[in-house]
Amino acid sequence: MLAWTIYISFAGAALLALMPKGRNDLSRWLALAVAVAGLALAVAGFAAGMGHARQVIVDLPWVPSMGIHFLLAADGISRVLVLLTGLAAVAGVLFSWNVELRTNEFFAFFLALIGGVYGVFLSFDLFLLFVFYEIAIVPKYFLIAIWGSTRREYAAMKLAIYSFAGSAMVLIGLLAAYATAGSHSTGLVELGHAGLPASFQMWAFPLVFVGFGILAGLWPFHTWAPTGHVAAPTAASMLLAGVVMKLGAYGCLRVAIGLFPHGLDPWGFSLAGIGSWRDVFAILAVVGIVYGALVALAQTDFKFVIGYSSVSHMGFVLLGLMTLNQIGLTGAVMQMFSHGVIAGLLFAIVGRIVYDRTHTRRFAELEAMHLSKRLPFAAWAFVIAGMASMGLPGFSGFVAELQVLVGAWIAKPWWTAAAGVGIVVGVAYTWRALQKAFFGDVLPSAHVLEQEHGHKFAAITWPEVTGVALLGGVSLAVGLYPRILLDAIEPAVKTLLAGGGR
Amino acid sequence: MNYADLFRVTLPETALELAALVVLVVDLGFLRKAALKVRVAVAALLGVAGCCVSLWAMQGQWQGPLRLEGSRDVLLATGGNAAIAQIGILVLTGLTLLLLIDSTFTQNSGEYVSVVLMAASGGMLIAAAQDLLVIFVGLELLSLGLYILTAFAKQSGKSAEAALKYYLFGGMSAAFLLFGFSYLYGLSGSTYLPRVVYGVDMAAAHGGAPLLAIALVMIAAGLGFKVAAVPFHLWAPDTYEGAPAPAAAFIASVSKVASFALLISISYTALNYIRSLMQESPVTGGHSYNTAAAFSVSGPEHVALTLSLFGGWTSILIVLAVASMIFGNLAALAQIGVRRLVAYSAVAHAGYILLGLAFFFWGNHSAQAVLYYILTYGLTTIGAFGVVDVVQRATGSDRFDAFLGLHKRNPVLAAVLLVLFLSLAGIPPLVGFWAKFNLFAAVLGVSAGPVPFALVALAVALSAVSLYYYLQVLKRAYVMPGVDETPIKVHPVTMAVLVLIAAAVVVLGCFPALLQGWIAGFYPVL
Amino acid sequence: MSGFPILTLLTVLPVVGAAVALWSGRHARNVALITTLASLTLALVVWIRLPVDGSIGLVEQAAWAPSLGIEYHLGVDALGALMLVLSAIVTLMSVDAAHRVHHQPGLYFCLVLVLEAGLFGTFTALNFYHWFLFWELSLVPAFFLIKLWGGAKRGPAATQFFVYTMAGSVALLVSFLAVFLSTGSMDFVHLSLLASTGELEQMVTAHLGPVMLWLAVGVLAGFAVKVPMVPFHTWLPNAYAEAPSPVTMLLTGAMSKMGVYGLLRIAIPLFGPQIAQMRTPLLALAVATVVMGAWAAVAQKDLKRVFAYMSVNHLGYCLLGIFALATPAAGAAAEASQAAALNGVILQMFNHGVTAAALFWFVAMIQTRTGGHRGIDDFGGLRKPAPVLVGLMGIALFSSLGLPGLNGFVGEFLIFRGVFPLAWVAATVSILGLLVTAAVILTVIQKVFTGPVREHLATFPDLHHGERLALAPVIGVIFLLGLVPQLVVDSLNPTVMNLLAHWRF
Repeated sequence: MLAWTIYISFAGAALLALMPKGRNDLSRWLALAVAVAGLALAVAGFAAGMGHARQVIVDLPWVPSMGIHFLLAADGISRVLVLLTGLAAVAGVLFSWNVELRTNEFFAFFLALIGGVYGVFLSFDLFLLFVFYEIAIVPKYFLIAIWGSTRREYAAMKLAIYSFAGSAMVLIGLLAAYATAGSHSTGLVELGHAGLPASFQMWAFPLVFVGFGILAGLWPFHTWAPTGHVAAPTAASMLLAGVVMKLGAYGCLRVAIGLFPHGLDPWGFSLAGIGSWRDVFAILAVVGIVYGALVALAQTDFKFVIGYSSVSHMGFVLLGLMTLNQIGLTGAVMQMFSHGVIAGLLFAIVGRIVYDRTHTRRFAELEAMHLSKRLPFAAWAFVIAGMASMGLPGFSGFVAELQVLVGAWIAKPWWTAAAGVGIVVGVAYTWRALQKAFFGDVLPSAHVLEQEHGHKFAAITWPEVTGVALLGGVSLAVGLYPRILLDAIEPAVKTLLAGGGR
Repeated sequence: MNYADLFRVTLPETALELAALVVLVVDLGFLRKAALKVRVAVAALLGVAGCCVSLWAMQGQWQGPLRLEGSRDVLLATGGNAAIAQIGILVLTGLTLLLLIDSTFTQNSGEYVSVVLMAASGGMLIAAAQDLLVIFVGLELLSLGLYILTAFAKQSGKSAEAALKYYLFGGMSAAFLLFGFSYLYGLSGSTYLPRVVYGVDMAAAHGGAPLLAIALVMIAAGLGFKVAAVPFHLWAPDTYEGAPAPAAAFIASVSKVASFALLISISYTALNYIRSLMQESPVTGGHSYNTAAAFSVSGPEHVALTLSLFGGWTSILIVLAVASMIFGNLAALAQIGVRRLVAYSAVAHAGYILLGLAFFFWGNHSAQAVLYYILTYGLTTIGAFGVVDVVQRATGSDRFDAFLGLHKRNPVLAAVLLVLFLSLAGIPPLVGFWAKFNLFAAVLGVSAGPVPFALVALAVALSAVSLYYYLQVLKRAYVMPGVDETPIKVHPVTMAVLVLIAAAVVVLGCFPALLQGWIAGFYPVL
Repeated sequence: MSGFPILTLLTVLPVVGAAVALWSGRHARNVALITTLASLTLALVVWIRLPVDGSIGLVEQAAWAPSLGIEYHLGVDALGALMLVLSAIVTLMSVDAAHRVHHQPGLYFCLVLVLEAGLFGTFTALNFYHWFLFWELSLVPAFFLIKLWGGAKRGPAATQFFVYTMAGSVALLVSFLAVFLSTGSMDFVHLSLLASTGELEQMVTAHLGPVMLWLAVGVLAGFAVKVPMVPFHTWLPNAYAEAPSPVTMLLTGAMSKMGVYGLLRIAIPLFGPQIAQMRTPLLALAVATVVMGAWAAVAQKDLKRVFAYMSVNHLGYCLLGIFALATPAAGAAAEASQAAALNGVILQMFNHGVTAAALFWFVAMIQTRTGGHRGIDDFGGLRKPAPVLVGLMGIALFSSLGLPGLNGFVGEFLIFRGVFPLAWVAATVSILGLLVTAAVILTVIQKVFTGPVREHLATFPDLHHGERLALAPVIGVIFLLGLVPQLVVDSLNPTVMNLLAHWRF
């Protein structure tokens, strides 16, 4: 059932690419239908998979001579992330409803990206996973370069180059693992059991981890993220932050940690208290958390705030991964889901609801616009999203970050302390952005007043309301009843930890 | 030599030569008054027909290779690598001829097609040759054809300039090659490759190593020129830019296939010799290597010497490969014309392949991986030149800016370009990705030691760099607003060929086992 | 005790009301009135149905996220129930007072009701997650109520309020995280049990080293901001002054009690020994809160600021009573003192809630009548044009002063009765606070009510019938609890005994 999420997305993309120009409404509805169908399949697959361990969905020999299989399977982690992808897809289509330029192409690229993402989350063959991973990169470039805003070509190219550099590292690690294992199979399970020598894992792990980590916003390889997010059209930044960054984190978890667990072992010596790759990446994650938050605090562009907040929040995912314990890893997966939903919502508000009406994202200008009165829906949606983002209890972010912090504490308490600083700053920048963008106290100039009288913002449309309700509702539901996801994630994490040789 | 055998084995080449004559006769004899369009179409179709006949004629080769009378020495191999390369040459030649239908660069279409066919037959000879003399004859047959083809756009000064450069460089490299061959012959007393290998090994053991080193460097220079490896690549950008597009496509694909097939033959021979020294059974390709048993004469010290000898050849290839990968990719970054960009990227691709040849030790996998790469690369490049040609004729330029707004001017053409360039950049699930993966997996399959690993890492990293310049073109085609938005009309045959190529790139990429299985089918199961 | 989930219903009701209010525009206030009335009824039902032995009753318990120690666990004893009643009363008063909200009334009352839900949730939760959720939830509507409907400097005031409270929350969260890490539990009842046997400290020390004291500091800081305790109080005058008066009623009447409640429900049960260790500095801070609050009130010219600092002062008595409990003492006399002090603290919480809310309500009335004037010096001779208003406000003021017969007296008396034997120095110094407060209140009465009538006050309208009707129950409560405190104390005492029995210092 879950495999169809991939097929229909690609089929939808092909159909949209072939659609004659000018049929914009048809394109939209078709894209929405495909996305909703994908979400429905994801939900059904999630519900059906509840309580099951890894289930193989499709297993066909693909390149028999090299042992490559078209192997789709799902465990709890996959199901949760597929669900996230489904949500992000539907929300993305809804918030792209006003795309008028080359509409069919836009949605074709969009669905191709979505299909690739579904594919990554469902692949249990390393090779297949890589193929889908790369498939996801190209549409991203075009989405940003064609439909983006601020310095879009630069940002798109930067993103593409970063992604490609990362995937090159992954490919090298993949080739090396394949050659070293000599098992003539690229199945994740088979490779995991191939008994890769610890010395090999020791250098393959950082290579692959950084390779995937680039896409997950691992500091200091994160610089593509803010520029990319800012330049991207709303739907693309929603997807970038919502699911594409998760691809990286998922790769770190499934491939780097899953295949090379000994890469995390201590080196046998320590430099300034750093005695393993685990310490190195945990520190990078913590630095990312704090750095992202501090930089977000200093931004003057609304969207940059959200862009840097993504770096900060993804730091929690990576930190969670480096805890290597049940609760930390569970938290990391939860945070992937949570950040996917919340960042999607934030970008939707900033990029679509606000920017498409005000045509500015500079706080200085927004402050004078009195958006809380003129766009109350946007303001209150942002209040909710902001509360979720800063990790207020009752929203998904709190549960996720709590678990990561607990896991980090078990691993090394000072990680928690440092990451806690990130949370505090997170509250500060979110609140600052909220106040400046929506509840500005700057008295409007006569010019602005005149404009306000003459020019009313376009009314909020139903796709926007639906999208906000969908994402906000999901974050709230997960926050209030985290077991929905926890019950799926926990057994899968347990298996991963057990199978990972730890 | 048995003439019946000669006829049987060279029937495909003969068919091509005959087709060349037929084309000439028909074009010059019957169609002198016909419109150029008709003449071009007829010539091209006849050429394609010739390729088809030649393909059909290849079935005669199944009965075995062409041997010297009274000896087991093979002149022309059949089956295996040779057959795959020959089929590849024929198919790719056919495609380049189909792209000709729409061209207007020459009045002498008959001559053009016949030269193409003759050059192709030279390529087929090279692919099968096991004898130094045959190799050289084949190379010259191919090269002379290529010089002429490059110069075929007689109105274009660039074409003439490119041809002259190509000719001068080519002549010099042929001299190098011949010089190297003469040393080999002098050292070994034979022109049959396996005997040459044996002979030079013996000679080296008796103090001939310095001479051999000179010979190897000379040969590397000669062959490096053919595959456009750095530092023998200087002709490539000018030729790719100046030659008429179908000719450039032919040079970039068919001639590359032939040259790499030759390199495979050489590597194969060397590999077999070493295996027989190691008392292992020879690799059973399509060839019969019974003579190998005679080679095992010596003790362990000699084996060590031999290995160092081949290590020298490997080192030369690695140097060429690394230089080509780095320089090709970096130089491509600086280009503003698509043809020169493709030329430099071809240099880079040659570097990847040379890497595969440098670590050529893993059963048939290396050969298959190299063939897979060069065939799919040839296919993709032909398509790329097809698109560039169309655009160039519509806009008068192959500069990047000529591609502005292509997606509006002709969405299908833009889509084809997208697929082909992404494939060249190695994006899955397109075929270029599998080619690279296959090749690198084969390299690491030989030994996952630090050196091959570092080289593969370099190659992968550089292919990430390559995405940048491919995207520069795609960016103009898709992203940046166009200046001129008039639609570009494409001849239906050209369009059909281009779409076919793009479709093949996608399908072969989605089902990589198809082509792999087909190639593997030419080798006996070990 | 299972059965009808009345506590859940109590929390859900305002949320539903909030949703309805948001969409009902002009009628939002009526919706809010109905909701708050219903909530008050429910809260009274809870009060009536409390278990007589003072234990925690009306328990609701269900699995939530077991791996995180999160459980849906609700329950109240008399302390919680009294706070529920107080919250319901104060919210009702606030809604009643807010009949002048013209700007976005739907949103306003929606936020007020969400705030009420936050209060109810906080006072009924027995699991940290649940409790913290509502603790934080209440913060957000409060922020926006100040930010959007406040006075001229509402922006900075709201931000200051938010930042202080949030910082406190983070401290709380960190401490609780540590407790959770050590024990794997977030359940207040379970943790109290662990603490009462001393196991909690052992577990924490075993897991994290000797950090128990720091955890106590973190938790205390979280609550100290909310109460507020000197020196964490600086946000309060600004927030109280800039907030619209009905919101100030909520802030002082109900939200400040969240802090005191947290001390009683969480800090003391879990960190008793640590608090005992820090007794002297804490008592000093409590005394400082009492005295400095009073002195600061003297210096104010703005009625709202006067009352704001008086709130600080009054809540200082609560702190005094609580920290005095940590004095090591044994024997029946000491126990009686402790019981008196704790009874006093809880009563004081309730009484201050009602009285302070009433005072700010009067300020709101005066303000609307004079077009925004609320400086002490802006008035004079108000008793002539508006005798009823002055009379009723006088009652509230005297209650605040602690006049016997009015409710304010009972709580303060019990606190001092309990604290004197336990910590006589602190109590003695705090008397100073009482005296200064009296001076402040008399000054207010003198300057505002008496003297020659100012010109612009000549036409000052007195209370109309609707207002009198609305105020009557409040004044009634003030008298009732002043005259018959047993009404509450009888129900409260078993809980107080129960709490004291379980606490370990």
